Amino acid sequence: MLRLLSFTVFLAAWWIASLLGGDAKLPSPPAVLSVVIDEARSGALFVNLGATLARVALAFTLAMTLGSAIGYLMGRVRLADRLGDPWLILLLNLPALVVIVLAYIWAGLTEVAAIAAIAINKLPTAVVTLREGTRTLDAALDEMATVFAIPRWRTFRHVILPQLAPYIAAAARSGLSLVWKIVLVAELLGRPNGVGFEIGVAFQLFDIPLLLAYSITFAAVVLIIETVLVQPFEVRLSRWRPRAA
Amino acid sequence: MQLEVDIAGKAFENAAGERHAVLAGVNFSLRAGEVGVLVGPSGCGKSTMLRILVGLDRDYQGHVSRPSGARLGMVFQEPRLLPWRSVEDNVRLAAPLVDEARLSALFDVLELNEHRGHFPGELSLGLARRVALARAYAVEPDFLILDEPLASLDDALVGRLRDQIALLVESRSMITLLVTHNLDDAVRLGDRLLLLSARPARIIADLQIRTPRGARGEAEFAAIKADIARLTNGDRAGRDAS
Repeated sequence: MLRLLSFTVFLAAWWIASLLGGDAKLPSPPAVLSVVIDEARSGALFVNLGATLARVALAFTLAMTLGSAIGYLMGRVRLADRLGDPWLILLLNLPALVVIVLAYIWAGLTEVAAIAAIAINKLPTAVVTLREGTRTLDAALDEMATVFAIPRWRTFRHVILPQLAPYIAAAARSGLSLVWKIVLVAELLGRPNGVGFEIGVAFQLFDIPLLLAYSITFAAVVLIIETVLVQPFEVRLSRWRPRAA
Repeated sequence: MQLEVDIAGKAFENAAGERHAVLAGVNFSLRAGEVGVLVGPSGCGKSTMLRILVGLDRDYQGHVSRPSGARLGMVFQEPRLLPWRSVEDNVRLAAPLVDEARLSALFDVLELNEHRGHFPGELSLGLARRVALARAYAVEPDFLILDEPLASLDDALVGRLRDQIALLVESRSMITLLVTHNLDDAVRLGDRLLLLSARPARIIADLQIRTPRGARGEAEFAAIKADIARLTNGDRAGRDAS
């Protein structure tokens, strides 16, 4: 209910702003909606959204898997932490644009380059979060597992993973928002389709309704994925915690 | 089946680089079916010794031989349950082979049946201890270790839990080692009392209680406690003189 209300306020503000500022700079909601419908009819909207979502999914999975594994290793093994730390600091502070441009130069304007560039941008934050999580692992529970001779895999699944879950969720949450942002830049610079590409085209043609149409649908998709996938997942993970008052 | 312990020494190095001796000669053996009790003042090194006995700490001088292939069951001082798993899952994780009949019999003895589906965060300390006890017992241990299982519980609860522990210990032939600083628990549950000195710990006496657990009366408890007091005071006097 509250969400709906805040959404209505947003629409009203947009509409008023477009009336005040003029249609040329900020088209009204119905004008943008009609462009969305046109794009959907022609199928272009779905092709581009689909391409972007596929890139997000691939880059996100790649970065999360690799980042979690490296982070866990760096949290557990001192030597790995020492060796990896300078690389981590370098990657954390490397601008996304540099990674994307270099990836396109070295690997060509290919899908692999785009996805790798997006994944590399997200990787270090996942590593850092998981490393912190691994450092907070409860040694007392490890000892319990050792004393009861619980096999390694079962220990990992039932003892370690639940302790890392909040960190994985945090890495996923922050990582996803990072990927949403970077994927458009990567598409703008070197892919022939996707939301970022369309926004680039709209920018060059100064087609503001088209630009807004893609931005709004993209934002809507992100919002839906957040509420339908990410939030219920987080609730499920923390169901054993006593409810906060 | 027998546990042989011969720890010549164990020292810790603190942050400043000074070495502190924690154990200074602990030597005993325990047979299956025997309940050994390590009694000693708080901070004398009992927990350190337990860590050595279960193999968590290998940095010591001496030798410990556990029966080969012996299954270990342990009740830690703080229950060490997994907060994200239910009571039943906590037990089953440690003891994947336990069948439903045995599990519910065990939960019956410990009055845990109605708490099966609860998470440890919803349990009192007394209940959590009983879950830890259920877990240690469910693995059908050959060697059961109880580290201060009755500490910081109220008196009524201590009485009940002590009876439950006695029942479980009687119902299976295993080596049992109980660690406590409470003489009451020691004389009621133990067959052999191993008295430890203050840090660095060594064994100052090895008392055998021949009367079976069920047949011991108040008079006998008092007599044993008097014995213990004499032995521990003697130890203190001896050290003061030297």
